[in-house]
Amino acid sequence: MSVQAPNPTSVDVRAPDPMLPRQFRIVETRLDTRDTVTLALDPVDGVRLEHRAGQFTMLHAFGVGEVPISICGDPTAPGPLLHTIRDVGAVTHALVTAAPGTTVGVRGPFGTGWEVADGMGGDVVIVTGGIGLAPLRPAILQVVSRRSEYGRVVLLYGARSPEDILFAEDMASWAADHDIVVEVTVDYGPPSWTGRVGLVTSLVARAGFDPLNSLALVCGPEVMMRYAATALVDRGVAAERIRLSMERNMKCGVGLCGHCQLREVFLCVDGPVLDYARLGPLMDIREL
Amino acid sequence: MRTLAEYLPEHPFFADLGPEAMELIVGCAQNVHFRDGELLFRAGEQADTFYVIRRGRVALDIHDPQRGTLVIASPGEGEVVGWSWLVPPYRWMFDARAATSVSAVALDGACLRGKCDRDPVLGYALMQRVAQVMLERLQDARLRLLDVYGSGS
Repeated sequence: MSVQAPNPTSVDVRAPDPMLPRQFRIVETRLDTRDTVTLALDPVDGVRLEHRAGQFTMLHAFGVGEVPISICGDPTAPGPLLHTIRDVGAVTHALVTAAPGTTVGVRGPFGTGWEVADGMGGDVVIVTGGIGLAPLRPAILQVVSRRSEYGRVVLLYGARSPEDILFAEDMASWAADHDIVVEVTVDYGPPSWTGRVGLVTSLVARAGFDPLNSLALVCGPEVMMRYAATALVDRGVAAERIRLSMERNMKCGVGLCGHCQLREVFLCVDGPVLDYARLGPLMDIREL
Repeated sequence: MRTLAEYLPEHPFFADLGPEAMELIVGCAQNVHFRDGELLFRAGEQADTFYVIRRGRVALDIHDPQRGTLVIASPGEGEVVGWSWLVPPYRWMFDARAATSVSAVALDGACLRGKCDRDPVLGYALMQRVAQVMLERLQDARLRLLDVYGSGS
């Protein structure tokens, strides 16, 4: 019996392998806060990375390691791929301190998106804290680009202190130019701070939106998201209309390794954006 | 500007209180104004007033020798400042400073306590409302203790 060798020409050698990083070059770094940097990346091969708002990539600092980072740029706009990264570990430190011209690896994009267009015709309320604003920025930009098709849009943002506030210029522009109600609060502030001090979740109760006709997007530390979702439900928003971006220890990005598994949910594939009706019961299980 | 009898019943803190209770409360109230930076009260002083914010924002300050003065809460329009007037030893725990120009209704704590003593229904209704504010501030403080935006989160 003879075995015929596969014809190499029948294999699409250009099909992207999700486990292999593509090379991107850092074209610009921007210091957003004392520990957070936005990297602008251009593909070395010139092929743009298509993505949806809310998706993430695995960013690879060669020789150091790989981390999941949400894309924070407008999916529909030309230009570099944007990632906002907080310096909290070895890989993120290597990324935020890399000089323009450095080559990094990018796998993805992975996961589900915000699908904010589902909120057209109604109000959109966004509750976020810390660097959680970065994954939401693409969704906000999508709303801004078709602002007239949404009702009231409310952005509630919490930060540790005034100097930790992310995208302050963006938020000022969204409020001034795009009729978005922006409420910012900090955990504590210096005497010169005249804005709000307190939890972002406490802003939900008085925010101006119609809970029966709203889409809510929530992103931030998990404990903040849990209380934000509770506050939204208390206001009358249906759990199915509350979307959270859940971060766990993403590794492979394709639902194989199980590092990000939340019971039956693989967050890298089924998430990171999931609705609270599905996610809420899982968030209550401490063993997960 | 609307009179106190018109304004106070619409304030969220007094929601659902009947006209008789509101009449008693308005009898202890007066309009006050504070310039930006002016103190409403200082930590350690006798707590004899309760403020209902009409406009502006109040900063509750605490001073730490290492970190300087920190703003730990900032009630604004539709919110209230102070519960120490209701609970012995009637002493403020923090400084309250006008972070902006502030218009408020000041309620005389001793006047209110006297009316609450004579009218337990009013006293219970006010205590429920103050307890709600205390609960929210306690939960707020506990969650902020977690420092969820701190390093590693």
